[in-house]
Amino acid sequence: MNKIAALAGVVIKELYRRKDFYVLFVLTALLTLGAGSVNFFNDDKIVRYVKDICLLLIWVSALVIAVVTTARQIPAEREARTIFPLLAKPVSRGHVIVGKFLGCWLATGVALFVFYFFFAIITGSKEQIWPWLGYLQALWMHWVMLAVVIAMVLLGSIYFAAPSSTSTITIIVVAGILLLGGHLNTIALSQPEPIQGLLSFLYFVMPHLEWYDLRDFVVYDMGMISLRALALATVYGAVWTGIFLLLAWLGFRRKSLTT
Amino acid sequence: MKISPLLSLVALLALAFTLATGLVGSADNWSGRAKSNNLFGMLFGDGRKLFANQFFTMADVYFHSGYYPSVFDKNAEEQKEIIAASHGKKESEEEEKNEDFLGRPKNWIDAFGRNFKITQHTHLENHSEREILPWLRLAADLDPQKLETYTVGAFFLREHLNRPDQAEKFLREGLRNNPDSPEILLELGRVYHESYHDATRARNVWQLGVKKFRQQTPEQQKENKITGDGLMVNLAHLEDEAGNYGAAIQWFQAAQQISPAPAALQKQIDDIRKKMNGDIPAKPK
Repeated sequence: MNKIAALAGVVIKELYRRKDFYVLFVLTALLTLGAGSVNFFNDDKIVRYVKDICLLLIWVSALVIAVVTTARQIPAEREARTIFPLLAKPVSRGHVIVGKFLGCWLATGVALFVFYFFFAIITGSKEQIWPWLGYLQALWMHWVMLAVVIAMVLLGSIYFAAPSSTSTITIIVVAGILLLGGHLNTIALSQPEPIQGLLSFLYFVMPHLEWYDLRDFVVYDMGMISLRALALATVYGAVWTGIFLLLAWLGFRRKSLTT
Repeated sequence: MKISPLLSLVALLALAFTLATGLVGSADNWSGRAKSNNLFGMLFGDGRKLFANQFFTMADVYFHSGYYPSVFDKNAEEQKEIIAASHGKKESEEEEKNEDFLGRPKNWIDAFGRNFKITQHTHLENHSEREILPWLRLAADLDPQKLETYTVGAFFLREHLNRPDQAEKFLREGLRNNPDSPEILLELGRVYHESYHDATRARNVWQLGVKKFRQQTPEQQKENKITGDGLMVNLAHLEDEAGNYGAAIQWFQAAQQISPAPAALQKQIDDIRKKMNGDIPAKPK
């Protein structure tokens, strides 16, 4: 466990030394404050559009941070040849995979916490209400979804040639699932065979990341989801994270480390 | 011959300046975008109208607090409820039931996924309707010729948010962009009549609306029957309230030509005739 924690600590340090997070946070803050300062029909109580824009920016920024940070972990170690001294120590390839995952996930969690805290402060100052539990639920679900994404990117970084291709492919897949995931079954019904069967199969076997998007509940003040659903979604996310990490480990175990 | 780089730079700058002085006048005419009076027009050209429709839809999504069919669901193409509401239409229980676009869950993934979706059909109320306004403002900026944006926005500002001053301002802006629109004049008249109780200005605006309606082509009149009917019936009620029974009957009769319910209007004409004969006492002014 100590080895995994040490590996994770290095990844977290890397995140706050790099500029990605700061740039995306400043951009999100500026755009949100800019949107919030616009006056519509002399009514200063209008707030939902600010929440909507801010949450969208948080989702995009968090996804970019998670994908870009994770995609370069193993390729960078291989390119700099630091993977050899690392594996020369009593650290297995499995430790590397889990340590890198944990580091990226925790680092993304810290970034998410800062983003959501900013969101709560900005919207709370306009609305004068602070539904902290609702925000915590949204943050937790978002973080669980990012665990699946980070594990997916780690898997991609084992098989794809460059971090850029891993990042691009993962972002397309995740965006596709978020936009179409819940509708794939409906789309399948209007298609001829064999596309219908293929889409239905895909619908049942893909990770349903769209479940973790609770933005509408926050934006429209629709309260909270049931704790049972939250717990089940967390287990579902953990299972998919485990599947991707296992596949990544299986690939990494046989991978030649010379470039 | 060796040319000094500094001299070349000065020569090129002089050439660019000279060309600019000659071309600046005609360059403005190369594209219609430069003439556009708002930023969106300049940036997107006519493509901005696509975004305007999307923002108008967003207003309807907000009106339903996120409970809204996607392009993949049934009911996706139905008329937007903010438009129906601005026409004074109230939903029956049956209609609300029909709008349950989700239906029964198709499988366990769909059923479980509904825990994370908004599944209740609600409408904004108690002044929360203000939340749709930013999207209508953006839609109006992106497509100043989209009439519903002004009429729907003004309806919610006047009827739900008690802001007739802002409703009038928005409609005036719409009228500047669409000077021949009877729809905007109908709504503007309502602001004067129902919010300001200014019968004279309401009459003038509605009469102008009827004039603009009658100037339209027969096809346009057929499409805008509800607007024409609304203008004439409102004028008839206005004259009835003012005690100008003859004028009221004339407006009702004009409305009968285009109204989908001429029998109901005939009943109102008969009532006015009774009032004229003294059978029914006139309402006190």
